[in-house]
Amino acid sequence: MIYQGKQKIWSDYQKDMPEDGWFYARSCIRQNFFPASEKYFLTICRDVLGKDIIDNEHHTTCGGISYHSDTIPQETAMTIVARQFSIMTECGCRNIVPSCITSFGNYTEILETWREFPELEARIREMLWKSCRREFEKPEYVAHASDLMYKWRNEIAERARYRLVDKETGEPIRVVEHIGCHYSKMFPHKGIGGAEYPCVLSGMINSWGGEMVDYPERRHCCGFGFRQYLVKANRGYSISNTHKKFESMEPYHPDMIITNCPGCPYFLDRWQYVIAEMEGRTYGRDGFGIPVFTYEEVAGLVMGYDPWDLGLQLHQVAVEPLLDKIGVEYDPKAKYLGLNRKDIMKPELPKGLRCF
Amino acid sequence: MPIYRKSGRFIGTFVGFISVRGRITLQFLKKDDRQMGKLYEELSKDYRLKEGLKTCINCGTCTAICPAAEFYRYDPRKIIDTVQRKDDAEIEALLKSETIWYCGECMSCMTRCPRKNAVGMVIMALRNLSTRLGYFTCSEKGRQLYPLSHALNGNILEYGYCIHPETFRMEDHPEAGPVYAWHLEHREDSYARLGANYNRPGPGTLRKIDRQDLDELKAIYDVTGGTERMETIDRYSEEKAAEMGMSMEEYMEYTFGHCSPGHFNDE
Repeated sequence: MIYQGKQKIWSDYQKDMPEDGWFYARSCIRQNFFPASEKYFLTICRDVLGKDIIDNEHHTTCGGISYHSDTIPQETAMTIVARQFSIMTECGCRNIVPSCITSFGNYTEILETWREFPELEARIREMLWKSCRREFEKPEYVAHASDLMYKWRNEIAERARYRLVDKETGEPIRVVEHIGCHYSKMFPHKGIGGAEYPCVLSGMINSWGGEMVDYPERRHCCGFGFRQYLVKANRGYSISNTHKKFESMEPYHPDMIITNCPGCPYFLDRWQYVIAEMEGRTYGRDGFGIPVFTYEEVAGLVMGYDPWDLGLQLHQVAVEPLLDKIGVEYDPKAKYLGLNRKDIMKPELPKGLRCF
Repeated sequence: MPIYRKSGRFIGTFVGFISVRGRITLQFLKKDDRQMGKLYEELSKDYRLKEGLKTCINCGTCTAICPAAEFYRYDPRKIIDTVQRKDDAEIEALLKSETIWYCGECMSCMTRCPRKNAVGMVIMALRNLSTRLGYFTCSEKGRQLYPLSHALNGNILEYGYCIHPETFRMEDHPEAGPVYAWHLEHREDSYARLGANYNRPGPGTLRKIDRQDLDELKAIYDVTGGTERMETIDRYSEEKAAEMGMSMEEYMEYTFGHCSPGHFNDE
């Protein structure tokens, strides 16, 4: 292929995102399991970089997990999202930035469906008016929160206290990525780099000094599968898919995993614990696992925030070996302390997975 | 799958294996039950079918890429093939089968299909119709809608979140690990440590959603069919529980935790 042709194709998968006017839509799963990640998205992007992002209390779940577990009709899911758009409009925002990949896919799918079937959009507007007496403007732009962090990755790099580099050898930290399926598998042109070569996370890693490592099952689903994890009887599906990814990435000796989906970091972290408990198999060095991070956690580490402020104590896989490799300063005794250094005891340690 | 005698006479459509209190029996749909075209007509009203199925060439790329097909006895290509034939007996069998509940809706099929079909979306349309008609209780995996609806819709209407720490039970989620058991036990302190606004008014992580906002969610459910869907799931589940001789508590526990043999490729 000629070089100009490649450039043309690549340009189709780039995003020209607005600089301001963003309404932040929070994620149900991330608020439960990675509560500090959303806080640090706002701290870094809004408070440090000075970007225009509104966090409003009146939005709710987008209903995406329930929709993809098939427990609500499409009209219900669409009207909940229409209400989110209504609150965005009330706040004077033109663009929406969901924290959740399922929400991002949900908003994108709904807007595409309305574009193709305008009569459905009209029906949802009627339903929203009838139920809530609300009207709304459609967002001019929908970006996932990781898209914005990618957009501002070099501004973060300029403020970095650490780089993703081994402090002893000077070699870059070896990073594997996992991108949430609903980021670009449904609508490839909505993701930076499309579905085959998404660079939303690799762009951050390269900018912050790390080395992106390819592995065969890089694009395989983490195994959430909605009902396939949520129902206890089905969880063999979930762990089998995640297991496949670990077996695929292990030969490349990654130092860490970076993700941009709510469920994926939880599954990639917790299933390592379960595999270690069930089979005594671990994927890191010396009985440790491979630590898994959200992109906000990685940005926070690079910018020098305290790892325990970033919530890394809520991971089941120990992060300390990576912190030591980079040279991040932390107080091991403060890991499980509460607010104002209150003693709130410590979790039990797993038997099969080495932790602190 | 239609089943014929050696003479070529049609017996019925094989619906699937039904497990009732540990006894596995075959279930057939008789010829008389077939209504040509009506089920397909219902299915074709679903926007996800309109968007997800255009001109399938049956190449099988969806099956090759599918994480569910690798694990379950599941072949998305065959599902699309069945839907495209528009034979109501076959579609009814599909709606009552285990197979439509195996998909994880990751939508990997959508990326790779050379015709830009989305089997995952067709699956959503099939599940939607199966639920509306009460056919979901014919399969073990379909019956799982009962615990799913109670957990997810219950959280949405009570808290405004799909998942909430107040309803997260470690006995249902041992994989959450000792660190999450510790976090849940000390959740007020642990969330405060991490800057959350847990169960309090105003913006922030895991804030308490206002009553007025929750009332709007409930009104949306009432107007758009969400409430009716929950009631439909409950009504058919109660009928099935009675047929299986179970109380609703037993049915909840059984549908959430029980997995019969026969679902997996390697069995």
